[in-house]
Amino acid sequence: MTVNARTPLSILKSHLSAACAAAALLLAMGGAQAAELNALIWCDHSDPALLQPFEEANNIKVNVKEFEGTGAGLAIVDQSQPGDWDVMVIDSIDVPRGVEKGLFEPLPEDKLPFADLFPEVRMDKSTVVDGKRYGITEKFGYNTIGFNKTKVDPADMQSLASLTSDKYNGKVAIYDYYLPVIGMAALAIGKKTAEITEADLPALKAELLKMKANAKLVGEVTASQTALATGEVDILVGGGEWVTAGLAKENPALDFSIPKEGAVLWSQSLAMFKDSKNKDMALKFIQYIMSPEGQARLATSSCYWGMPSNTKAALTEEQKKILRFDEQPGFLARAQAYPAPNADLDKKMQDMWTEMLQAQ
Amino acid sequence: MASAGNNSSALPWALVTPALAWTLLFFVLPFIAMGFSSLTAHEGRGFTLANYSQFFTDPSYWRAMVNSLEVTAIVTVISILLAYPFAWILAEQVPERWQRLALMLAVLPFWTSYVVRSYSWLLVLAQNGVINRALTGIGLVGEPLQLANTRFATVTGFVHFFVMLLTLTIFANLKQLSPSYRKAAADLGAGPVRTFVHVVLPLTLPGIMVGTFLTFVLCIGDYITPQILGGNNELLMPQLVMMQIGRRGDFPLASALSIILMAVVTIAYLACARWLKIERA
Repeated sequence: MTVNARTPLSILKSHLSAACAAAALLLAMGGAQAAELNALIWCDHSDPALLQPFEEANNIKVNVKEFEGTGAGLAIVDQSQPGDWDVMVIDSIDVPRGVEKGLFEPLPEDKLPFADLFPEVRMDKSTVVDGKRYGITEKFGYNTIGFNKTKVDPADMQSLASLTSDKYNGKVAIYDYYLPVIGMAALAIGKKTAEITEADLPALKAELLKMKANAKLVGEVTASQTALATGEVDILVGGGEWVTAGLAKENPALDFSIPKEGAVLWSQSLAMFKDSKNKDMALKFIQYIMSPEGQARLATSSCYWGMPSNTKAALTEEQKKILRFDEQPGFLARAQAYPAPNADLDKKMQDMWTEMLQAQ
Repeated sequence: MASAGNNSSALPWALVTPALAWTLLFFVLPFIAMGFSSLTAHEGRGFTLANYSQFFTDPSYWRAMVNSLEVTAIVTVISILLAYPFAWILAEQVPERWQRLALMLAVLPFWTSYVVRSYSWLLVLAQNGVINRALTGIGLVGEPLQLANTRFATVTGFVHFFVMLLTLTIFANLKQLSPSYRKAAADLGAGPVRTFVHVVLPLTLPGIMVGTFLTFVLCIGDYITPQILGGNNELLMPQLVMMQIGRRGDFPLASALSIILMAVVTIAYLACARWLKIERA
């Protein structure tokens, strides 16, 4: 664990930040209630259908603050007072970043349903630090190929080579998040995602540029989802069940494949803050999210769908079919880890992504 | 007498103190913090110029500024060309009693959310959108054009907004213009074109420049429109700034890029300053 020296600037910044964060928290809290839980979350956790049962059962108000990207989430924590937040949703691969900053509390494994999780998504390499578990995977899925099966040949979607073929020139969108798409580029050139080094960057850049040359747009979640749903493009690089499942009712032609080269496994975890003033309730919240009912509600959240990590999630047969629940063992066997670069390689990857975006 | 004198000199300060305090608290202090931050290393100690040197040495970073300036220049020029005649029609051709209603109708679309409006443009310009359907329907093009997710789409979204802004500033300027100027020009034998070029246009230059400066500042700093309509086929400066924050939380580099952007806006202000004075001769 690293401890940064306190400079006058950092003291000034922390005081200013604390004042801003306190104001934001007060606004987020709204009307006062007897008991409250403060959660830093991704948009799928703000669905009332997910939160209401927990709030009613525990007579508590869950105050949520959405963020995108671990850096933005950790910045909110930096700007807050210790104890302001109780739980956080975080990319599983980034749990060590929170641990390194001394933010998280070890989770009691005996009080959480670890035995019921898909074994491949326990993510021990990321969620266990120095023998202690700091995060539990709550939801996962794949960054792979999302497509409209009425517009493309589904057989072509079994190979990543199709993404750079002339046949689909101008029919492709790329999901605008560098880590998973660089992971897919690695798979396309036969490199394992867990073994990406700086030496691989030139080959990865060449592959990304080929993808870009075929693409109509590079879009964040809403833009890429809209492009696929409206027929602007027929293929989404980096798409998966998180794009197609939620739209299945309106647009059953949308589907995803796990190509022969594999796919990138994404996963999100829940962590509890070390300075939480309400650890019992924070644990209850995590237990609820990990329960069969909570898992089903989280998996089918209005913001985006994804696979529940708990095999006992109380999904309906139709929901399981949409999420291709029964095919998961095969998918997981072919999926590769989300790239988890160190800070230096991460910076170089992002700069490579910037070059790709600027390429004409 | 001394006491009265002190009171009279204290009153202006008392009146201006809230504005000064507001500026100090919400502009000067954050700006100083951002300046310090831009000189530090991400997750490191000590001061460094590395964040600034990255901008000046990495072509993809530098390119973002070039893209921003190009888009801003195109938007500004098109907006002026569209807004001036519109403002002139409103000020000169629409009867006085209908002018308020006409202005309100012109501004009406801007009562909707900026984000919603951008997404609406995305749907209008999409492959299956209204424009492409119309063009293919009447046989002007065989295949739908790629309009969405391009610089053209970004410029369209911007122009839609800034034409209105410029119209308002130019309209206000035209309304201030005394009819005597035109009468005097006519008396001296100038025709309508000559009167416009040599009298009306120079006198409405302040309105144009105020609108131009506002367009420049708002356009070069906007993240939403290029992000939604541009399809990330090129990055503009605000997108580059946001990119540093999302996953890596690199606030020092984001701060340095923001300071550079502010420097460009300052240069634009200095270029327009002559016309941005509140008092007019």
